[in-house]
Amino acid sequence: MSRLQVVSGKGGTGKTTVAAALALALATEGKRTLLVEVEGRQGIAQLFETEALPYEERKIAVAPGGGEVYALAIDPELALLDYLQMFYKMGGAGRALKKLGAIDFATTIAPGLRDVLLTGKACEAVRRKDKRGRFVYDYVVMDAPPTGRITRFLNVNDEVAGLAKIGPIHNQAQAVMRVIKSPETEVHLVTLLEEMPVQETADGIGELRAAQLPVGRIMVNMVRPALLDEASLELAQSVPRTALAKTLSSAGLGGARRGGLAERLVGPLLEQAEEYAERYALERDQRAVLAELGLPLHELPLLTEGMDLAGLYRLSTELRKQGIS
Amino acid sequence: MTLDAVRTLDVDPLLDDPKTRIVVCCGSGGVGKTTTAAALGLRAAERGRKVVVLTIDPARRLAQSMGIDSLDNTPRQVKGIDESAGGELHAMMLDMKRTFDEIVEAHANGDRARQILENPFYQSLSAGFAGTQEYMAMEKLGQLRSRDQWDLIVVDTPPSRSALDFLDAPKRLGSFLDGKLIRVLMAPAKMGGRAGMKFLNVGMSMMTGALGKLLGGQLLQDVQTFVAAMDTMFGGFRTRADATYRLLQAPGTAFLVVAAPERDALREAAYFVERLAAEDMPLAGLVLNRVHGSGAARLSAERALAAAENLDAENLDESRIVDQDGGKAGVRNSPETPADSAKSAASDRSSHNPGPSAGSESPDEGSPASDRTDGNDGTNRPAEQPAEQLTTLTGGLLRLHAERMQLLAREQRTRDRFTALHPEVAVTEVAALPGDVHDIAGLRAIGDRLAAGEGPTGAA
Ligand SMILES: Nc1ncnc2c1ncn2[C@@H]1O[C@H](COP(=O)(O)OP(=O)(O)OP(=O)(O)O)[C@@H](O)[C@H]1O
Ligand SMILES: Nc1ncnc2c1ncn2[C@@H]1O[C@H](COP(=O)(O)OP(=O)(O)OP(=O)(O)O)[C@@H](O)[C@H]1O
Ligand SMILES: [Mg+2]
Ligand SMILES: [Mg+2]
Repeated sequence: MSRLQVVSGKGGTGKTTVAAALALALATEGKRTLLVEVEGRQGIAQLFETEALPYEERKIAVAPGGGEVYALAIDPELALLDYLQMFYKMGGAGRALKKLGAIDFATTIAPGLRDVLLTGKACEAVRRKDKRGRFVYDYVVMDAPPTGRITRFLNVNDEVAGLAKIGPIHNQAQAVMRVIKSPETEVHLVTLLEEMPVQETADGIGELRAAQLPVGRIMVNMVRPALLDEASLELAQSVPRTALAKTLSSAGLGGARRGGLAERLVGPLLEQAEEYAERYALERDQRAVLAELGLPLHELPLLTEGMDLAGLYRLSTELRKQGIS
Repeated sequence: MTLDAVRTLDVDPLLDDPKTRIVVCCGSGGVGKTTTAAALGLRAAERGRKVVVLTIDPARRLAQSMGIDSLDNTPRQVKGIDESAGGELHAMMLDMKRTFDEIVEAHANGDRARQILENPFYQSLSAGFAGTQEYMAMEKLGQLRSRDQWDLIVVDTPPSRSALDFLDAPKRLGSFLDGKLIRVLMAPAKMGGRAGMKFLNVGMSMMTGALGKLLGGQLLQDVQTFVAAMDTMFGGFRTRADATYRLLQAPGTAFLVVAAPERDALREAAYFVERLAAEDMPLAGLVLNRVHGSGAARLSAERALAAAENLDAENLDESRIVDQDGGKAGVRNSPETPADSAKSAASDRSSHNPGPSAGSESPDEGSPASDRTDGNDGTNRPAEQPAEQLTTLTGGLLRLHAERMQLLAREQRTRDRFTALHPEVAVTEVAALPGDVHDIAGLRAIGDRLAAGEGPTGAA
């Protein structure tokens, strides 16, 4: 696995969740991973049920097997001030610029700069070494912007090269691109088995490839269990209602005659089966579309009780089972 | 029963009221904002109003079905709707860059407009960085409204990075335009280029110096040219941003917050509700989209699972006559009301999966149904297959139902949490359709559900 793992996907498909599960999965014995958030939403803190993360790397979890997961919420404004101080000793100017509204301008309005700062910080963590010359983090996992913006986000160089042709921002962008376009990076896309996210995944992969960004894997999230097999689905179309009522009754669900509980259940249960069949067919189509894309696929189950820490660990175990570590 | 203490949002009176001129659908990503906006527009049109829907990034097939799949930034009349009540439906898809360009073209003369359009800084800005889409959506709304050509404008909002970016974008622009930064940026141009610099006070020149260092001289210059070229337009931007903002606060506007009945989505919806109140924006109510129901809500999840287990036992040993245990279980369970049983089913957090045996982790928890048939494959005697298949099907139906009931209970809990927090917010529920919504008929179905207010059949 590459050392920088970028997780994107359509909004709401589970980018934050999958990124966190991936960070846990990669933190095998003796390894350390860093999970970074770039959208300032404190999604990681929520997921790990801790207080809001400051702009500071801190340990948030120990993975099964003993590896460590650190987390960092990158704040572009603080990253910029940090950066000014580090390279120009302009701490004071930074404050003045802030008062002027220039920092706000640079991090929200001015194109590209925000992304340079965010990706720059992540790449710095990827390259950072300790005194003995070993990488501080074995893996950096980024909870990245959604598919619609990911190519542009990672491709800051092209954007910024056209704007800032010289100067520190330019140099920084170059350094970032050296990491991002190398085999050190992989971009994964999270999707659901639904038409829109799958379409967005296909489009996104096309864009990433066109921009020569390294595409990694497809993570199909919230996969529902198959509760009715093909044979049952077929039978559901033709089964005599009386036979079904009798079977329900034999299972202890009241009378099979007209008006009996079992008899009254037949209609609604078959209706649910029909809905299931429709969804099943849709999912099958979407699986086929994904298979066409020719990338490794992973499937993560829908946790019906909702997401919590235990669920997150379950997903990470699932990823390890599927060969990620 | 679902909406017991909760106010129901009556969509039809809202859409029919001639005083309602703007409906804004907002909510977090992927919850159904675009679908809801299109469905409301269609419904209002078929009830006799002349409507335009402003959509943002609609799903491809939905756009095609409304005939707006080509981006040309102007409303198109939607065909295939029922116009017998005298209404019309127009729809458009926002082209953010085009909208920005049009503003420039409309407010600057030829040369200057070209200068701006060709400025690299402008090109990046207009192609969509933080807030541009939000700002342009509001700009377009202002334009549509001022044409006064429609009775009702239904607005979709972009899937924002953070909740109400479309409200913040004009403000951010405003504070930028009012800020000192812009004066610093414009100073050299105003005073005649570089020569002017020496007249600046020391503080200011230090600022431009720092900015130059940071951005690189080239970019700073581009920004400065851009700002200078746009100078005459800034006043207009700001006036219109303010006007649109006030338009959103006006009594003719109604906000609908769209949310899915999931914890995170509803948490964000609560935040929306609070923000809108803080901004004095008129909230009409909450659309709870993709809610599930069941026609067999009287059968609880546990009871369905117990029954499925009885069938398993039957299938494993066909020769054994089914005992009457199931019947007793039925009697034991029957006094439960559907909602109670659903609740207790889902509050049983110890079992993650509706697997057959709650205590033992079965290896096949992913797909109990399919595994079971596999196991039986080799031993089938042709004559018995139908009966066996029937039990397998029935077991599957019951597990499917149990899953549905657990989902229902979970949705109910999340919803209750929201209404406890915001009892003042009127709510309408829209059932989850099994497939996507991508044609007029689908939108009409969503519209019917929006107007029915109640939850899906059986949920009550
Ligand atoms: N496998 C799963 N099973 C059940 N729920 C899940 C699963 N994965 C994610 N979720 C839930 O789905 C919702 C969206 O997930 P998440 O926040 O990770 O998505 P996202 O793509 O990061 O969203 P956004 O685009 O808003 O950043 C959350 O409520 C999360 O708990
Ligand atoms: N009640 C419903 N039943 C079934 N499917 C639905 C329902 N509402 C919306 N959908 C489907 O959900 C998907 C997302 O809907 P939609 O595009 O309206 O969401 P959105 O909030 O506009 O998303 P975005 O934030 O990405 O703009 C679409 O595929 C749509 O067909
Ligand atoms: Mg997220
Ligand atoms: Mg949308």
